[in-house]
Amino acid sequence: MAKGIRDKVAILGMGCAKFGERWDKDEDQLMLEAYEEAMADAGIEASQIDAAWLGAAFDAQNIGPSGIPLAVALRLPDIGVTKVENYCASGTESFRGAVYAVASGACDIALAMGAEKLKDTGYGGLPVRTRGTTHDMVGITGSAPGNFAQLASAYRGVHGVSKDDLKRAMAHVSVKSHANGAKNPKAHLQKAVTMDQVLGAPMIAEPLGLFDCCGVSDGAACAIVTTPEIARALGKTDIVTVKALQLATSNGWEMQAQGWNGSYFHTTRVAATRAYDEAGITDPRSQLSLIEVHDCFSVTELVTMEDLHISKEGQGWRDVLDGFYDCDGAIPCQIDGGLKCFGHPIGASGLRMIYENYLQILGRAGERQRQDNPVFALSHNLGGMPNQNVSSIAIIGRADA
Amino acid sequence: MSEFGILSFGAYVPITRLQRSAIHATNSWFAGGLRGLAKGEKAVANWDEDSVTMALEAARDALDGIDRASVQRVAIASTTLPFADRQNAGIVKEALNLPDAVGALDVAGSQRAATSALLAALGGNETTLVTAAEITTPKPASEREMTSGDAAAAVLVGTGTPIATLVASHSVTMDFVDHFREAGEAHDYDWEARWVRDEGFARIMNPAIAALLKKAGVEGAAIDHFLVPVAVKGVPEMLAKKAGIGEGAVADTLGANLGHAGAAHALVMLAGTLEKAKPGERILLASFGQGCDLILFEVTGAIGSVKPRLGVSGWLARRIESTNYAKYLFHRGLLQLDRGARAEHDSKTALTALWRGRKAVLGLVGGRCTKTGTVQFPKSEVSVGGNDHAVGTQEDYPLAEVPAKVMTWTADALTYSPDPPSYYGNIDFVGGGRMMTEFTDFAGDALDVGADLRMMFRIKAYDENRGFRRYFWKAAPAF
Repeated sequence: MAKGIRDKVAILGMGCAKFGERWDKDEDQLMLEAYEEAMADAGIEASQIDAAWLGAAFDAQNIGPSGIPLAVALRLPDIGVTKVENYCASGTESFRGAVYAVASGACDIALAMGAEKLKDTGYGGLPVRTRGTTHDMVGITGSAPGNFAQLASAYRGVHGVSKDDLKRAMAHVSVKSHANGAKNPKAHLQKAVTMDQVLGAPMIAEPLGLFDCCGVSDGAACAIVTTPEIARALGKTDIVTVKALQLATSNGWEMQAQGWNGSYFHTTRVAATRAYDEAGITDPRSQLSLIEVHDCFSVTELVTMEDLHISKEGQGWRDVLDGFYDCDGAIPCQIDGGLKCFGHPIGASGLRMIYENYLQILGRAGERQRQDNPVFALSHNLGGMPNQNVSSIAIIGRADA
Repeated sequence: MSEFGILSFGAYVPITRLQRSAIHATNSWFAGGLRGLAKGEKAVANWDEDSVTMALEAARDALDGIDRASVQRVAIASTTLPFADRQNAGIVKEALNLPDAVGALDVAGSQRAATSALLAALGGNETTLVTAAEITTPKPASEREMTSGDAAAAVLVGTGTPIATLVASHSVTMDFVDHFREAGEAHDYDWEARWVRDEGFARIMNPAIAALLKKAGVEGAAIDHFLVPVAVKGVPEMLAKKAGIGEGAVADTLGANLGHAGAAHALVMLAGTLEKAKPGERILLASFGQGCDLILFEVTGAIGSVKPRLGVSGWLARRIESTNYAKYLFHRGLLQLDRGARAEHDSKTALTALWRGRKAVLGLVGGRCTKTGTVQFPKSEVSVGGNDHAVGTQEDYPLAEVPAKVMTWTADALTYSPDPPSYYGNIDFVGGGRMMTEFTDFAGDALDVGADLRMMFRIKAYDENRGFRRYFWKAAPAF
């Protein structure tokens, strides 16, 4: 029986480009920006990298297919580079590839890069795309906010929460993330907003207003991983290891059968349970130091608090309003601004979350540093839509935890 | 004893009723002479409807409670068929989920296309579903814009217990061009109305009606319902008088709250009359177009035993009033709006995939697992949820007629829709099955979790690059 990934792999270095509307940069330049920071952190040469994974979701819009764009951008020494795509969870998927490669013993050092260049489409929001010939005949093209907004109608119905209460809790999520993003020099949006601004914003997809939606950004993030032993041999003393890495993928049950009620993410619940088990965490509400979740929309973050088994089912909106997830709350969520304000260059987002958690654990997060010596940090990276998705969870922590 | 005749009937009227006063409010500066017509309302099809989708709804209306397997041929009559070369009746057949062993017939080219199709069915011995539909194409600020409306009807002809039987028919054909629309043209071109009335309706139809009555051995006074699908005021009365048909027999042409539905109007009026006809009554249907078709029916004692789901009266009662003339113009391609970059998305249909999936796409046929009973859409080799991963356990499970309920919904203002915001969400079918689908025909705030739904066959997307429209099923408020 497999024992899981816990403590088998250490993070040697991480980097993240400035997210935002990078009108002056191509994707290869953004990847290089993240790479250079990660390499300086790792203290290695390019020749020491054995294999690389590239996560990107909208290849038609930016870098093009295959691992070649990464190999060319970094002029990697003819190593294997694999492109992975798993909707918005592509970043964590690239991390998973690199971590598994090291854990298997096939590689000493592996690199994961997530990247997306979204601001070359000519319009705001995510690009419209096909989801396959059959889907296009019977499915909904729709928009991301339209898909995720449906959580709200179901959540209200299932838990008997009033429209106003839910809208206020959703607004609190966004106000909190904007306040956090204002302290992050790499964030796309660095401006605080008020409850009134959020509640009064134009409607995008009922009940999601403009401030309930995350930014769509250009960016890249990078991780270099190795074994704890090699990390120590390379002179690292403060070791951060991977405690859990789980992925759950919908098999159509939510969308086609009638067991799901539409108010939560089935896959996230499954992945969270497996991840805590893998990491040896028995009470996430007391053991997790901080979390970065896939807050593509305010309502997504809100229900995810329950799906991660931190808030009780139907009570997440109360915890949110109580400030439990604020930067000075019990478990800060999106202390870096999250997708909402750090930005959401799709393929980069999963690695950006791990980057923030890594910085926080090492005490390198600057003005936004959590002061209580974080031990376990969870990141949750979701792709797809509520009724059909891939949900990935990475938990990292101090090697001695 | 089995007899041959009309076995059932149905109709369809789109939900939106555009107020003629709203049309005139915009156009009066230019076409002030239309003021006299600027009252009442006309039925206008939604952006996602065409003659095929409307004919299909009329067919469903007519086939309520009837074994669809009895249908041997499907006909569609219209001058606004969406496809010039692709059997339009074949799309109706697929949407009805009829067996493949049926015939099909598209009839076009004249305002009497529907009566000609009906006569062909009455002259045969098959059970034929005759549908007729029109999405009218008037020029803005024209008289036709005021008098026309969109609608469809269907009549099932065959052997069984007819509610009406054919007494006699008479047709004349003359190339009298009162108006025309060349293939590919958007609008009709009309000649002077006085000439059409005197030399057309009167000179052509009067003697033809007399000939029919003589053939049938029936006096004009014996006609109980005189159906003249002509929008010109006074014409039906003028024809009735000449033929000795009582004034009270002249049927309402539905001008006040529907409008003239082109080639479909004859069947719409017939369906409307069959709703209220009594045993023994005689119905004379007189349709005009490069000559005329005259059909005399006698209502049987079985009338009332077969009812359409809604019928003309039911559909007319299902209405949403609109004063949004600009929206109507945009939906008809008569007003160019900035649709934004999201409208550039390519909606190319893989015809191979459409063929493989035609039962799911056109017929909304899902699957039911013979091992677990789980119903799903679309069908798949391995059933969804709670199964033992056995392969190939699913049987066809048609969902089009199954009621459903809203499970989740949104009003999406970001995605492109010709009628923003785009309403869509997950729905649950009663008895199993779930899908995410678009909502259509909802009025403002009526949509909420738990709302009752009925599936309707609509246009899903237009492929403007190739001139192809993609059909699929959407969820409408239950009726």
